[in-house]
Amino acid sequence: MNLSPAAVRLLSIAGLIAFWALLAALHGNPRVLPGPADVLPRLWAEILSGELPFHVGATLGRVAAAFVVAMAIGVALGLLMGRRPGVDRWLDAWLVVFLNMPALVVIVLCYLWIGLNEVAAVAAVAINKIPMVTAMMREGARALDPALDAMARVFRMGPRARFRHVILPQLAPHLASSARSGIALIWKIVLVVEFLGRSSGVGFKIHMFFQLFNVTMVLAYALAFVVVMLLIETLIMQPVEARARAWRTA
Amino acid sequence: MSALEVEIRRKAYGDHEVLRDLRFTVAAGETLAVLGPSGSGKSTLLRILAGLDDDFEGSVRRPERVAMVFQEPTLLPWRRAIENLTLVTGVSRAQAEAALAEVGLAGRGTLYPRQLSLGQQRRLALARAFATRPELLLLDEPFVSLDARLVEEMLALTEALITATRPATVFVTHSVAEAERLASRVLRIGA
Repeated sequence: MNLSPAAVRLLSIAGLIAFWALLAALHGNPRVLPGPADVLPRLWAEILSGELPFHVGATLGRVAAAFVVAMAIGVALGLLMGRRPGVDRWLDAWLVVFLNMPALVVIVLCYLWIGLNEVAAVAAVAINKIPMVTAMMREGARALDPALDAMARVFRMGPRARFRHVILPQLAPHLASSARSGIALIWKIVLVVEFLGRSSGVGFKIHMFFQLFNVTMVLAYALAFVVVMLLIETLIMQPVEARARAWRTA
Repeated sequence: MSALEVEIRRKAYGDHEVLRDLRFTVAAGETLAVLGPSGSGKSTLLRILAGLDDDFEGSVRRPERVAMVFQEPTLLPWRRAIENLTLVTGVSRAQAEAALAEVGLAGRGTLYPRQLSLGQQRRLALARAFATRPELLLLDEPFVSLDARLVEEMLALTEALITATRPATVFVTHSVAEAERLASRVLRIGA
């Protein structure tokens, strides 16, 4: 039997939902492990009431802000460290420290030092992500082809043209993978940040339903956000990556 | 007046001296072959002439328009053949198309380098070098690792383009036969 990749993906997701339904049926207590038949109607009701779109929107806003800040600072630092061995020697130990700093510590410290506000929330997430982007982009910058660099200099390419046509295409795979792994890490940390100290967002709602021991709603919000992030991955990240790779498959 | 004037008193990497007391000039339309064994500093000399290495004792006076053909084609694999000329050298599309035609690549401008054969990639690199009508042309063993038929094809093409455009040319090679074919003068360096 030859199925298209899309059909396999759909069947695989259907299998996961069936597995969840089976576990719920076996467990038999929907207060502890509600099945899809319990969660999906509640999810739909939350969407219609406007409650879920509001909180998903708040979380997405934080994800976007933290993503932009982390990518901008991480890419700049990574390029600098990859291109300048002197800078790399100075900052390498810092990078190791920040790479190994537990996310929870950074979040708690940001709330304590900056206050329970949006700046602290976005900063905490960005600080968690910057070291990883930096490390990945440093590898990309180190792998830049010196022969192409020499060619660009001999032919007197301007700095902008050189960056756009010589450097950026070489960094594209590193940028794409740090963006993809970045967004996956960031949205998980954003939920923790909201859980600990915000009054809006998916993490806040999960905290609230956790205190009420409402597993159905915890699962409804988690499911909604996973679906949103999968859509972002499929509709934005993958097409952008495919475009950057077009020359390889031409 | 000479297009290229070179005076290198000393070039060293740390304590290791690579070049010493080198003085020569190359006039427009003249081709100087630089012969020498591996490790004799040929590539270092070419990097200095190209302006890629300023860390030496001496001076180099070179013209404004410099082009180079490297050992490898050194193309931008993510840009089409024609963009490899327009984006890198700044020539117009029409000029780039003319340069492609000169090396027998007319109509291939929309292909990516990896869609071209190795011989065609070499010719594209040659087209890029001649597209700007350089006053100084640097050739860094451009025919190394090619089979005999391709070497002959590239030599003939290069010879024709040099005759037509008359740049001052410095041709680094370790092949005496190639040197005699292209060059009017030979400079031997190293051991």
